[in-house]
Amino acid sequence: MTPKREVYLDHSASTPVDPRVLEAMMPYFSEVYGNPSSSHTFGRKAEQAIEDARAVVAGILNCKRTEIVFTSGGSESDNLAIRGAGWTAKKQGKPSRLITTPIEHSAVINTVKQMGDVMGFETDIVAVDKYGFVDEDDFRRACENGGAVASIIYANNELGTVQDLTKLSGIAHQQDILFHTDAVQGGGQLPLDVQELGVDMLSLSAHKFYGPKGVGILYIKDGIELESAQSGGSHERGRRAGTHNTPYIVGLAKALELAYAENEQRIEHFTSLRDMLIDGILERLPFAELSGHRENRLPSHASFVLEGIDANALLMHLDMKGIAASSGSACKVGNPEPSDILLAVGYTPEQAKCGLRLSVGTHTTQEDIEYAVDVVVTTVEKLKKLSREFTS
Amino acid sequence: MSNKNTRVVVAMSGGVDSSVAAALLAEQGYDVVGMMMRLWSDEAMGGAAHNRCCTPEQMDDARRIADQIGIPFYVLDTKDVFRGTVVQYFIDQHREGFTPNPCMECNRHIRFDWLLKNAIALDADYLATGHYARIDQDENGVFRLRKGIDENKDQSYVLSVMGQEQLSKTKFPVGEFPKSDVRKLAAKFGLNVESKKDSQDLCFLGNSDYRTFLTLHAPDVMKSGPIVRKNGEVLGEHQGLSNYTIGQRKGLGISYSEPLYVLAMNPYRNALVVGTRDELGRDTCTVTRVNWVSGNSPTEAFKANVKIRYKAHPQPALVEPIDDERIRITFDDPQRDITPGQGAVIYLDDVCLGGGNIEKFMPETASMIQSLDL
Repeated sequence: MTPKREVYLDHSASTPVDPRVLEAMMPYFSEVYGNPSSSHTFGRKAEQAIEDARAVVAGILNCKRTEIVFTSGGSESDNLAIRGAGWTAKKQGKPSRLITTPIEHSAVINTVKQMGDVMGFETDIVAVDKYGFVDEDDFRRACENGGAVASIIYANNELGTVQDLTKLSGIAHQQDILFHTDAVQGGGQLPLDVQELGVDMLSLSAHKFYGPKGVGILYIKDGIELESAQSGGSHERGRRAGTHNTPYIVGLAKALELAYAENEQRIEHFTSLRDMLIDGILERLPFAELSGHRENRLPSHASFVLEGIDANALLMHLDMKGIAASSGSACKVGNPEPSDILLAVGYTPEQAKCGLRLSVGTHTTQEDIEYAVDVVVTTVEKLKKLSREFTS
Repeated sequence: MSNKNTRVVVAMSGGVDSSVAAALLAEQGYDVVGMMMRLWSDEAMGGAAHNRCCTPEQMDDARRIADQIGIPFYVLDTKDVFRGTVVQYFIDQHREGFTPNPCMECNRHIRFDWLLKNAIALDADYLATGHYARIDQDENGVFRLRKGIDENKDQSYVLSVMGQEQLSKTKFPVGEFPKSDVRKLAAKFGLNVESKKDSQDLCFLGNSDYRTFLTLHAPDVMKSGPIVRKNGEVLGEHQGLSNYTIGQRKGLGISYSEPLYVLAMNPYRNALVVGTRDELGRDTCTVTRVNWVSGNSPTEAFKANVKIRYKAHPQPALVEPIDDERIRITFDDPQRDITPGQGAVIYLDDVCLGGGNIEKFMPETASMIQSLDL
């Protein structure tokens, strides 16, 4: 096989575990293995590691240690926030409507839909503009109708657009509605100070910021009662049952700590590479459109709509050239559906089948980007020519 | 010369033949890429109406096999082009009273055109499939399409639409083996597919059958109408022309003094034309859309063996060129089931020279259009 260059540009999907993170995790597999809930020395050592991790996370989020709940990842955190808040409101006889946007991660939107379909919750999906920014007037209208929780994504996974959470959480709070944000894409890059953001709940997942897969957090502001979404023992103050995954929790904290200790350099690195990608592709493929907002976007994230290009075929060609990319429209079974998110921000069903996302990471180099731009441009031109042959 | 710089895209289905084809090529050191086409199937047919060639299970199997062999695997969306060519042709042909062979159309428009071009765009040197046929070159370097070693499994009939350009870029790795050996190879490679059944029926029918499909897409050909003799005598009612095949005797639901056979379909009058055994046999037909594998049309008549259905035995016949597109075939013995729309494929020994689609018998067609009685 021809030796090929490998360029991983799918950091929005997942990142490699930082060796320093892995090193921090290692003692907690076979050396410190006690159950943190046990009262013996073995258990207490593990408990201490978890509470140290919790303190690190709380420091970065500018909140209390007790406000951090460890989960199995972003999806579980989103589920706990929405189900917990919805069920508690219902139990207390308070307004229980669930408010969200059409551009949420499926962990949010499908949870809201299921709460509506199966459990009879009222739901309200508010409007967004062509960049994916929430329409503030529509959001205000939705909040004025009352509700238990509003959930709005911090940085959208397909568009990269970053919301003004401070403003939006303020609107929700005027109507005494809890405000949750899925900050999974923003974790490690965007400011996470929950006081500044004004959020009541916030989800993170470690594998988006060079930590391990399968561990995340939900920040829950003091005083908020949440029915647990995963019932069982009294772990995490009764909010999330299940034995703590000590090494992964340690890994999450280490990864988050590094991400914010090195935040400035990382953002500068990401932003310059991202801009190279965006400028290179828009310049050389005049029909390409940047999706999401040009400035208010995730530093690592470039996304495009390449009308007329089968996203599946494009990803295959890129993969054969060693480039890992993604698309909200593509799937492994060759049945591309228009991306719900691209549809929601106003693209046509045809355009919404042609999304391409390239996301850079700490190891990405300028040479990687030059190579990727070249390959994307030549592949897209080749595919355009090929598809013209089969359409009259 | 080493094969490692030669890229071969293998069309994988998750079945025995294409899996073994991929494994053989990988073993030979080629740069192998597995590809599966997501074909169209009729969602109106209910249930999990997946095309039988690419159900989630088959996709999963193919992906797993690719992983085991250690090759990349991709699924390509082929739905629209497949619907627009193969499926549309199937519907149109039935509407006009023909009995088409969609697999031939698929090889013509999809596998050895769309997929081959997609493979080449991926820098492939060859496309490989799990067909039972062989490709070689004669002394002048002309590519030849030959029957597979396993005569019972031979698929050259549906490959007769191929030309020089396509053959020069195609490999049929299992064509060199009998099916029993292919199953043994699957076991040897540890692919866990050796006991899978051969695929059957039209892939795009999903969970349904072709009658239901045609009722939905070509309702006209599924409407009942008269069963008539050539002289216009009405003997009964048929259940829709596409339910019958030329030469069929059973299941007509009519009683007559002697056995009657389906002679022809008259879509213009929605009439099923039947007749006696004597009327059935015919020793000649014309063939259109003729493809010559060599790329050169013969200028003179020649003796050959001609196969008029996928499962028929080749019959000795005289092949006469009419023009670049059409030929006349005259069989040594009358054939009972010459069916308009089916492929007539021409062989010299085990070499497939090409073929085309059987036309309606012209005098009959003319009278069908004119005669209101028929």
